[in-house]
Amino acid sequence: MSEPLDDLYRDILMEHYRFPRGRKKLDHFHIHNEGQNPACGDEIEISVELEGEKVKDIYVSCMGCAISVASGSMLAEIIKGKSLDEVKKIANMIKSMLKGEEISKEIDLGDLEALRGVRKFPVRIKCALLSWTTLIDAVMAKEARQKTSASSTE
Amino acid sequence: MKIDHQTDVFAPEEKIAGAAFKPSALQRDFPILSRKINGNRLVYLDNAATTQKPKVVIDALDNYYRNQNANVHRGLHTLAEEATSAFEATRDKVAQFIGGAKREEIIFTRNATEAINLVASSWGQNNLKKGDKIVSTQMEHHANLVPWIVLSKKTGAELEYIPIDRNGFLILDNIDRIISANTKIVALTQMSNLLGTINPAKEIIDLAHKRGAIVLIDGAQSVPHMPVDIKTIDADFLAFSAHKMLGPTGVGILYGKEYLLREMEPVIYGGEMISNVQYDSAEWNTLPWKFEAGTPHIAGVIAFSAALDYLNNLGMENIRRHEMELTSYTLEKLSELDFVTVFGPKDAKYRGGAISFIDKDIHPHDMATFLDTMGIAVRAGHHCAQPLTKLLGVSATARASLYIYNTKDDIDELINGLKEARRYFKYV
Repeated sequence: MSEPLDDLYRDILMEHYRFPRGRKKLDHFHIHNEGQNPACGDEIEISVELEGEKVKDIYVSCMGCAISVASGSMLAEIIKGKSLDEVKKIANMIKSMLKGEEISKEIDLGDLEALRGVRKFPVRIKCALLSWTTLIDAVMAKEARQKTSASSTE
Repeated sequence: MKIDHQTDVFAPEEKIAGAAFKPSALQRDFPILSRKINGNRLVYLDNAATTQKPKVVIDALDNYYRNQNANVHRGLHTLAEEATSAFEATRDKVAQFIGGAKREEIIFTRNATEAINLVASSWGQNNLKKGDKIVSTQMEHHANLVPWIVLSKKTGAELEYIPIDRNGFLILDNIDRIISANTKIVALTQMSNLLGTINPAKEIIDLAHKRGAIVLIDGAQSVPHMPVDIKTIDADFLAFSAHKMLGPTGVGILYGKEYLLREMEPVIYGGEMISNVQYDSAEWNTLPWKFEAGTPHIAGVIAFSAALDYLNNLGMENIRRHEMELTSYTLEKLSELDFVTVFGPKDAKYRGGAISFIDKDIHPHDMATFLDTMGIAVRAGHHCAQPLTKLLGVSATARASLYIYNTKDDIDELINGLKEARRYFKYV
């Protein structure tokens, strides 16, 4: 089979697809969002429990293709213990990586490096980004709410 | 009232020999079919999305811009005259193609979606109120769903759907109750783009007419694939797209009964659609131009004429016969794969060649990406029928959809591809 295809469906990605992490529902969470890819019908639900500024636990449930499920699973794995600022940074790094841009080595992307092969399949980039945009939208919304409530108490 | 699903379906005797044309020979007329995709022969099975174009259509587009380019209905010079007469000749050909409509009843739009929207916005807004009812079905494309949802919200008219059963047929047992005395319009697909189901349009139209309702038929999938005679089925509106029947993109057709179109207000205003304009008032042009404001897709309409000639040469009955045979073959081959589930009717008599299926392990998107590396083009997703896809209990399906140039070889390659995919993703 073709080389780009092997690069897309790396073993590590398929392993995440078959055994996705973060599938345990959380009793308590501070961030929650549902996302979907209107073009193809993929659906995702994400909840995050925080301890201070850091991610204590995460629940990711994704109904979709191998790329979107694996990307969500990798997200669940990598953001545990990270601060929300770091989470945003990682999301930006992945976006850059999928655009084929150079990325800093500041944070070790671990298994997420396996998503690099997606960039040769432009129509599949949105699959890889679904979990990340869904989470980041919720993080931004939370920060916006905090800002408003902070200014309203001034 | 009992409606038999078979009654409206054009189903030639099964004993009749195959199509009167040779699909593999037609492939030579389509330049794109000799293209290699990822090093492989292109096996194009995404015809429900759009069909490929024969050389005669491509040449007609080219010829218009090279030799005839002028705006229509305005100029007094040779080019304008030629362009106008070619443009209007296509209208006559379209009217004839659907069984002898009047030329005033053929409106050119951008696509079938715009044609349906025109009816919902113009006829719908002016004829519906609270207490009225719109009837549609659970198997509609978003194009024949969203306009009615919006219209229902705007006017307060109720919207009810004819449900479907497990085999992808409309459940017509309660049709008497659903199409009630307060029903004003029924919006129905003649052939589902996802299930392939051919609906008994004529029977439903007859019932609706008895109740005083009018019927819009979404013919985007039926008109390209089977004979559709507007006089026989007696639809009040029929919408379809040129690009799904060998024509260029950007050209849609709305057929409407003259008395309805005459009463309808235009939804787009500007040049071409007027007869007399003052600084404070305007009068509308006659049919069909009242609904064709602005410069239309002249090249597209003219080239669509070549597409209609091509289809007429083959014969729509022969096309239906070929697709029935190939659909049967595809369904049979797919049924031999124990990891595949097919949606929609299992008998080609009741359906067209848009065949949706899933592999029990491989997601449709991954399947489509994999097949593409073998040169096989299928669609994956919800096929612009999200509520229906949900109803089937899946988030997406893969869809292979057939047309005149597809052969058993194409299907064999698809089947081989599905098997290869299982090896590649290590399910065998």
